[in-house]
Amino acid sequence: MFDLTGMTALVTGASGGIGSAIARALAGQGVRLTLSGSNEEKLKAFAAELGGGHETLVCNLSDPAAVDALVPQAVDALGGKIDILVNNAGITRDNLILRMKDDEWSDVISVNLEAAFRLARAAAKPMMKARFGRIISITSVVGVTGNPGQSNYAASKAGIIGMSKSLGQELASRGITVNCVAPGFIRSAMTDALNEAQKAAILQKIPAGGLGSGEDIGAAVVYLASREAGYVTGQTLHVNGGMAMI
Amino acid sequence: MSETADRVKKIVVEHLGVEAEKVTEDASFIDDLGADSLDIVELVMAFEEEFGVEIPDDAAEKIATVKDAIDYIDSKQ
Repeated sequence: MFDLTGMTALVTGASGGIGSAIARALAGQGVRLTLSGSNEEKLKAFAAELGGGHETLVCNLSDPAAVDALVPQAVDALGGKIDILVNNAGITRDNLILRMKDDEWSDVISVNLEAAFRLARAAAKPMMKARFGRIISITSVVGVTGNPGQSNYAASKAGIIGMSKSLGQELASRGITVNCVAPGFIRSAMTDALNEAQKAAILQKIPAGGLGSGEDIGAAVVYLASREAGYVTGQTLHVNGGMAMI
Repeated sequence: MSETADRVKKIVVEHLGVEAEKVTEDASFIDDLGADSLDIVELVMAFEEEFGVEIPDDAAEKIATVKDAIDYIDSKQ
């Protein structure tokens, strides 16, 4: 089950914590990857660590022209086809609404939501021709629950969920599924920096009693990318240890 | 029948899976040939590829019948 041998994928934000775990999980199931990110050195180091001759492409996701060029470049690098697009890259610019600057709002919307739209639009064309495709976007539990100080981030993540539902309906007849994975609290450099009191407060809200790992997200992406998940579209798979059941 | 017409009809038959005799020049993609809006987008993509022309969105929106497609492609060649 969930053998993805021979498939190709573009993963954005691939050198980050969750992105690298997704890339590792897909590669482990036989997917050939194009790893995209903003830091060339980190990307190359990660590709070397992964082994297996995966490609890397540097892209600034706040630059519309660069984003529009990314899928065609990835298709070329992957030998002419793209089976899976993983919109993983995301940024935060947290602030309370009364203090939020225009560019804190627009930067987050442009990288998290607009880039996901541009990449999905570009990937839909070759996927439609191939009569097969998997568009998977990493959203967040806060896109559904909200979170103080994250109006921009929560809006971008809720936007991805709505967009995916629409695309799922548009593209279902062509063998393309469009889904989201919504992580809760995942162990990362950010959560490592929290103090014990903060960690205890968070854990109290998580029935599973612990933080999630990148591998938990990678496994969810592998499932949604698989041929076996072909009847699942427009959905958001919440991976959060039960902290929000929605 | 022009060469363009032959090639256009062949693409329509293949893509929409309809019988060749139904693909007359007056046939409307949506009303007569059962296409939906996504089929039209795909047909336009296939025409672009076959004839090496670019069909911008505003022109694509006006292509409703087989003849519309043939005429547009002929005007660009």
